[in-house]
Amino acid sequence: MLAYIGRRAVLAIFTVWAISVLSFVIIQLPPGDYVTSYIAQMASTGSVVSDEEAEALRIQYGLGQPIYVQYLKWMRQIVQGNFGMSMEWRRPVTEVIGERLWLTVVVSVAALILTWVLALPIGIYSAVRQYSVGDYLATFVGFIGLAVPNFLLALVLLYLGFVLFDAHIGGLFSPELQDAPWSAARVWDLLKHLPIPALILGLAGTAQQIRIMRANLLDELRKPYVVTARSKGLPEIRVILKYPVRVALNPFASTIGYTLPYIVSGSIIVSLVLGLPTVGPLLLKALIAQDMFLAGTIVLLLGVMTVIGTLVSDILLVWIDPRIRLEET
Amino acid sequence: MAERPIVAEPVAAPFREPSPAVTSREQRIFVASQWQLMWWRFRKHKVAVASALVVLGFYMVVLGADFLAYADPEVSEAQRSLMPPQRVYWFDGWQFAPYVHGVKGARDPLTFKRVYRPDPEQKIRIRFFAEGFEYHLFGLIPTTRHLIGVDAGLDPNKTIFLLGTDLQGRDLWSRLMYGTRISLTIGLLGVTASLVLGVVLGGLSGFYGGAVDTVIQRTIEILRSIPTIPLWMGLAAALPREWTVLQVYFAITVIISLLGWTELARVVRGRFLAMREEDFVVSARLVGCSRRRIIFVHMVPSFMSHIIAATTLALPAMIISETALSFLGLGLRPPAISWGVLLQQAQNVQTVAISPWLMIPALPVILAVMAFNFLGDGLRDAADPYGR
Repeated sequence: MLAYIGRRAVLAIFTVWAISVLSFVIIQLPPGDYVTSYIAQMASTGSVVSDEEAEALRIQYGLGQPIYVQYLKWMRQIVQGNFGMSMEWRRPVTEVIGERLWLTVVVSVAALILTWVLALPIGIYSAVRQYSVGDYLATFVGFIGLAVPNFLLALVLLYLGFVLFDAHIGGLFSPELQDAPWSAARVWDLLKHLPIPALILGLAGTAQQIRIMRANLLDELRKPYVVTARSKGLPEIRVILKYPVRVALNPFASTIGYTLPYIVSGSIIVSLVLGLPTVGPLLLKALIAQDMFLAGTIVLLLGVMTVIGTLVSDILLVWIDPRIRLEET
Repeated sequence: MAERPIVAEPVAAPFREPSPAVTSREQRIFVASQWQLMWWRFRKHKVAVASALVVLGFYMVVLGADFLAYADPEVSEAQRSLMPPQRVYWFDGWQFAPYVHGVKGARDPLTFKRVYRPDPEQKIRIRFFAEGFEYHLFGLIPTTRHLIGVDAGLDPNKTIFLLGTDLQGRDLWSRLMYGTRISLTIGLLGVTASLVLGVVLGGLSGFYGGAVDTVIQRTIEILRSIPTIPLWMGLAAALPREWTVLQVYFAITVIISLLGWTELARVVRGRFLAMREEDFVVSARLVGCSRRRIIFVHMVPSFMSHIIAATTLALPAMIISETALSFLGLGLRPPAISWGVLLQQAQNVQTVAISPWLMIPALPVILAVMAFNFLGDGLRDAADPYGR
């Protein structure tokens, strides 16, 4: 068991390293650097940046050094908790990202929880009442959920909300609480706004979990131990919930590993459509302005967050699946 | 996009000696080739067959986009900005003669919005195989014929807009036809590139096993645990602004396929592992076949069908990726036309609320994704005709 968790942890560390390299490489890829885009930006407002000024800026941000030196510098700062300066905002990156990262986590986790809350009962129902109207309905909705890209779903819901209810369903806070300090009212406001983005992000995952749950439970329900339990006169609900559902539950934990990256990915683009104050809109802006420290930090933090989530799901899997827990390696 | 449950490993069908009493139907099954059996099995999956037809239809549009379009997708006209779709009247009296009413545009004196009113006096007849802008059919034959159009050479106010116009007054239907061409070919190219990567790496992994396998499997695991959209965004944002449409097109294809090969590699590896111990492979090895011969003559043909199914299932993800990137403005850029580029105009809810037809390009995206998913499902079920 420890060996298993250890293996996953080592892999997680490797993944974090790979993500850090990738995010750094991405930011280095665009031709030109922050200073070139700064000059272009200044030129569009009518002011001119002299060559000396540009050179001074480059030295200040260490842009002239070899790439691996810049990478190592960046990493060293990160380990010390300093994510560098956002060159566009002229403020520390941590300050710019601020609560946006936590809101991203909140939205993603809410989507994940909603996925389970919806998929578990629907999956059980679909398996127990196979080929019923409800089963077909769940399958149909599931296919829609898989086929409609989440940002299009967001767009359509936004439009329907606008046309039918004359309400703006985007955002995570009501306008008056947008920049208010945290309070009970603000948390409540957040909770009220959360279901729609969570549903949009979680729909594809839900559809998939329903299918997995249904297939697994159908396999389990045909096994002799279920027949035994039933013939011994156990109430039907206990027959189903006591063992088969627990066995079929396994993929719920084991698929977090790729459900989570998918949700986090989706949150970026859905946030842009719905105007959620997550890191998504910030990332797009940073990439367009070539604000390398900001963009790099966001990609890195999103990646790390996902890796941590995956690691947690691995540990969860060990906890619920004795086959892994008791495995001798 | 979607992770699918792993297909159950095939159970070897018990081989029965054909008894003298077998019916001709059974006899046909005994002698049928693998592909024949797959076709029979695929045919039973009605939704998959219908999806195959839809996919075929989409690729017909890809081939004949210029023929189906009736207006030059690049011709813009400020006077016709954001025109709603025109209603088509199919019958004039009792005669089948489709026409649309002419449209008069005027500026609302209060809101300064352009409003369009149909002019019932004016009938614009829709002609079939009408003359239009010049193009090369299938890239070869120069022609000016289009499926539909209005009487050529008349005054320029006589136009049709089946799906309305966009902000720049360009015809949405015609742009959709060209968008289909780019979106679907980019998916096809992307999946081909992923396939090459997936087959080579998955094959190496499955055939050699050991350290090679470990390295490739860990790489796949790492790639899969990274959220792809931020990564794609980063890579796409890195493309130089001055690149031509064609360069961006190929770069986006490469970016999408760089992260999309993992699932295909997993399938190929799984098949290799399952096949390595099969009797016919072992005997081929014992007989002294070269490694290349074992792989390409014995192994590849027997899991070709699985690869085709997995490839079909990988296509929707490619299409969605391209659409998402272009939608964000990081993928293909105008003047290139793709579904994502078209949807870019539908980005904010104010525009969409006033001109809902700008969301129409979402429909082919959803339809194509569904069709490929169902087709892939059907192919996957049929891929193993001896199983179950």
